[in-house]
Amino acid sequence: MTDLFSKFDALIGEREALLSHGVRDPYALVMESVKSPTVAMCNGKETILLGTYNYMGMTFDPDVLDAGKAALDNFGSGTTGSRVLNGTYAGHRDCEEALKEFYGMDHAMVFSTGYQANLGIISTMAGKEDYIILDIDSHASIYDGCALGNAQIVAFRHNDVEALEKRLKRLPPEAGKLVVLEGVYSMLGDIAPLKEMVAISKAAGAMVLVDEAHSMGFIGENGRGVAEAAGVMDDVDFIIGTFSKSVGTVGGFCVSNHPKFEVLRLVCRPYVFTASLPPSVVATAATSIRKLMHAGNKRAHLWENSKRLHQGLRDLGFQLGTPEAQSGIIAVIMTDMLKGAQMWEALLDRGLYVNLARPPATPAGMTLLRCSLCAEHSSEQVTQILGIFEAAGKQVGVI
Amino acid sequence: MTDTATYDRIAAQIEPFNKKGVELTDSTTFASDLEWDSLTVMDFVAAIEDEFDIIITMNMQAEIETVGQLVAAVEKLTA
Repeated sequence: MTDLFSKFDALIGEREALLSHGVRDPYALVMESVKSPTVAMCNGKETILLGTYNYMGMTFDPDVLDAGKAALDNFGSGTTGSRVLNGTYAGHRDCEEALKEFYGMDHAMVFSTGYQANLGIISTMAGKEDYIILDIDSHASIYDGCALGNAQIVAFRHNDVEALEKRLKRLPPEAGKLVVLEGVYSMLGDIAPLKEMVAISKAAGAMVLVDEAHSMGFIGENGRGVAEAAGVMDDVDFIIGTFSKSVGTVGGFCVSNHPKFEVLRLVCRPYVFTASLPPSVVATAATSIRKLMHAGNKRAHLWENSKRLHQGLRDLGFQLGTPEAQSGIIAVIMTDMLKGAQMWEALLDRGLYVNLARPPATPAGMTLLRCSLCAEHSSEQVTQILGIFEAAGKQVGVI
Repeated sequence: MTDTATYDRIAAQIEPFNKKGVELTDSTTFASDLEWDSLTVMDFVAAIEDEFDIIITMNMQAEIETVGQLVAAVEKLTA
């Protein structure tokens, strides 16, 4: 008899080998209390949060919290139902209105998570005879959307405009095509050349989907993302996003100008066959989204933080994922998982939390210490962060 | 185009990725014999696609484990 768990033996062994070095398990951290968007208590120690994707620091915004509390009082703790049955409350519609205002688009559909938004739109839009053309470094939710559907999948080299163009030209001209791109690739924090890629895709007759999970609220004049910064909003057919980063809660969405978009509410299985978001969550999301429309100063401060941390880490001698700060993510490249875990622990012991990312999430088998900045990080905190990196890097012997 | 010509062109594309100098036959596997990781596979697929001006979808790639299977797939795509 085969133990169905035996397929995980290699991973179990790898974990045991890592922990046998005495390092703390990097995937079992508990935040005992959370004081602000940038500070929590971990292992009884006050810790600066530098790995939460809470880019705009909306999680403790007083207006956002008030909206959530009011919805909890007036609409209860949950909807207990699908969006297409009993699970659409006034708050869900209002949240979709807020998204339409934020993006200046005709249609918005709110999903229960960002993962489900990609799963739903990608699997539903591309049928068996259609082609999905995607960047090889796409997020797991994009690959899982492909796996849930049955379209033909074509991958091209990360951010390679020429590779995309060649593949589009080789596909049957009459076939349906969906090009799937991300504004910011979350592992290295690099941005996509959307101006060129969107133009090439439209010229080939493809529809274009851009996942702006890591750019919403921050990149582009109005925080609409990399597509806005690249001036190609009008040529993007679908923007996918999440509430679990800049918006500061949980949930996902798709916005579009396509006149037939609303039919997706009936045919998109990850939208239909799951319960809708709790009323308090959509109320906090709607309030946060509307505030993000007017957050130009916070956007400017976040850029300052990101540029300063990038320069500072480079000056200390760390190897980074991008030559300059391109987003709110700064990835520090570590030589291997053991050094990565030791560095992660040394940072945590000094009161700094970052993400430790490992394959298969990372490209090229890399181990990364992924830092994501927040508009609420003060300049003093950035100075503290750099000091902690210097001390930990010297202790572990990576600088 | 004969089978041998396709085989030779594919073998020439495998060469720069064949770091261990594994001897090629129809039954040589990319994962076990050549020990390619997913990144190497991606670069190799791109090279084959450019060489033959074809698309090998990820759906097709999932079915191709050996050199012989790749030759057959390329023959079919260029027929």
